[in-house]
Amino acid sequence: MNPLKTFTTAAILLLTASGVAQAGATLDAIKKNGFIKCGVSDGLPGFSFADEKGNYNGIDVDVCRAVAAALFGDPAKVKFTPLTAKERLTALQSGEIDVLSRNTTWTSSRDSAQGMNFTGVTYYDGQGFLVNKKLGVKSAKQLDGATVCVQAGTTTELNLSDYFRANKMKLTPITYDKSDESAKSLEAGRCDVLTSDQSQLYAQRIKLAKPGEYIVLPEVISKEPLGPVVRHGDDDWFDIVKWTLFVMVNAEELGVNSKNVEEMKKSTNPDVKRLLGVEGDKGKDFGLATDWMAVVIKQVGNYGEIFERNVGQGSPLKIQRGLNALWNQGGLQYAPPVR
Amino acid sequence: MAESRVPHASLPPPASTIGVVGWLRRNLFSSPLNIVLTLLAVYLLFVTLPPLLRWAFLDASWRGDDREACRSGGACWVFIRVHFEQFMYGFYPDGQRWRVNAAVLLLILGAAPLFMRAVSSKFKIRLGLGLLIGYPFVAFALLKGGMIGLPVVDTSQWGGLLLTLVIAGVGMTAALPLGVLLALGRRSRMPAIQTLCVTFIEFWRGVPLITVLFMSSVMLPLFLPVGMNFDKLLRALIGVTLFQGAYMAEVVRGGLQAIPKGQFEAAAALGLGYWKTMGLIVLPQALKLVIPGIVNTFIALFKDTSLVLIIGLFDLMNIVHNATTNPAWLGFSTEGYVFAALVYWLFCFGMSRYSQNLEKHLHTGHKR
Repeated sequence: MNPLKTFTTAAILLLTASGVAQAGATLDAIKKNGFIKCGVSDGLPGFSFADEKGNYNGIDVDVCRAVAAALFGDPAKVKFTPLTAKERLTALQSGEIDVLSRNTTWTSSRDSAQGMNFTGVTYYDGQGFLVNKKLGVKSAKQLDGATVCVQAGTTTELNLSDYFRANKMKLTPITYDKSDESAKSLEAGRCDVLTSDQSQLYAQRIKLAKPGEYIVLPEVISKEPLGPVVRHGDDDWFDIVKWTLFVMVNAEELGVNSKNVEEMKKSTNPDVKRLLGVEGDKGKDFGLATDWMAVVIKQVGNYGEIFERNVGQGSPLKIQRGLNALWNQGGLQYAPPVR
Repeated sequence: MAESRVPHASLPPPASTIGVVGWLRRNLFSSPLNIVLTLLAVYLLFVTLPPLLRWAFLDASWRGDDREACRSGGACWVFIRVHFEQFMYGFYPDGQRWRVNAAVLLLILGAAPLFMRAVSSKFKIRLGLGLLIGYPFVAFALLKGGMIGLPVVDTSQWGGLLLTLVIAGVGMTAALPLGVLLALGRRSRMPAIQTLCVTFIEFWRGVPLITVLFMSSVMLPLFLPVGMNFDKLLRALIGVTLFQGAYMAEVVRGGLQAIPKGQFEAAAALGLGYWKTMGLIVLPQALKLVIPGIVNTFIALFKDTSLVLIIGLFDLMNIVHNATTNPAWLGFSTEGYVFAALVYWLFCFGMSRYSQNLEKHLHTGHKR
């Protein structure tokens, strides 16, 4: 065995050992601390960023706030740790954070080998294309021979070449290191098309001098389900994070939002009654307050509210619901029932 | 009677060699090559300067509170104005920012006598040592809080220029003494100490700072028991200090090697021991010689602090980046980075001027 191998094995052993030792301990530690340690992005428009007052905002941030509301009845009981893409998994593995809500794509290797549990999907993302209207392109299939700006060394780059090869189109990629650079070169006409995850394309479009002249093509060429992650070993904590998300989706489906939640408690719909804790105790199963679901909805909002406020029509990004609409409205957001 | 010969009063130099014309001819149009270069430079300035001035000043937006105020096409300085406090203090809580100001003011007041010629050097040494040892504790107590009734401000809330200065300041004050010790150790005749110092220096010089930071934030936590977490800032500080200490050691060693053997022998003849020889004879001369090298390392260190953005610390650079990701302010990254560059330049230029001043002041005649 060479030294490197010994080292790696030792590291893995150490990790697994610590993983066993902490079984069930995450939730206890959170309750003892009185706050949740939540890992977020170090600046991603609409998902997590700090505003000029230093307050964190975004979908990913609201997910953590909702979990805090569920546990403590107070969405402010979160300590946010901004993490870079490279540190995020280590931070979760080492216990520096309790939950990672940092636009992380749900993949098989992360869910298994890396010792993570994805608790659901907060945003169905996928790679898309941003083009100048002048080109007259209506579909990505018409992009034969296009010069495409893409961020270097990402899966985006691989997806792009796969897509062009599969459709037998000629591709000239121009790679950039920073998203700012690629927006600038699209504007200067150095490339015809800019490709990135769709959620980011809308942010890129705002950076352009004349955003109205550019459109996002309808095609999505990859699957990027983004969601919160917890580490293996504490199933009670996993359940709470998972169901906080489901509660918000269910609330939207049942028409319960942060404004009408008190009135809805008088509703005769048994689904609503169960959700708001009027009928049956849905808190006991989780070790939470009877009305925890109502508290989450009241203090943070339902899924639709969070979406519109951070990335949708209520934000400068103005992203359409698309795949993130509810299942009964043509989207993919679907939550198991509360009963 | 001898005829006295009065020389003719000297003629004025030819008109083409004095005044503006003369200067131009001497400096800008002295040869065909220079003429071409001058014309080229003028053309470049003509092409780049007007658009730059128009962007930065004429078309720029200064007033307003949101991006709607920035429709003029020029630079949006509103973006900087709105975020200015954040760029300076990071996420340090609003009501507590006086503590940062107090810490900075305290340092300026405390260090001011060190820069005055009138103050005796004995007092300066005492004050300097006192500051070096005492100030970090005072500053830490002020910034972090948790005692004398100040609420705790976690280091994760420190940011902006404050964080940059903390990292640079700690790095500089700790790296110089460490570097001197390592340099002495490397030239020591004791094999154990020498090997130790050489290994240390070569290890830290051999790895990029970015790797050190990565290791400290990605690898280190995996080897610590669960729940035990070093402060992220502390990890970065240790990394930066050890790294720059190794560089500083080599700079100082250059100075030590430049001291002639006669100086050591003279010290020995006077009956001075090792520490007195070094402290009174060799180091004062050696350090003076390598001021440019030391300041060079300091300036590099100051700029290297921006690397902490890869471990998610919000120094000046990263806080600017963060502000550009706010959907309400998308598209103003140029302004942000120009501002950051100006601040970095101001500090580095200041350090460079100060070092030149110091060299002139300590100049004792063997400078060519």
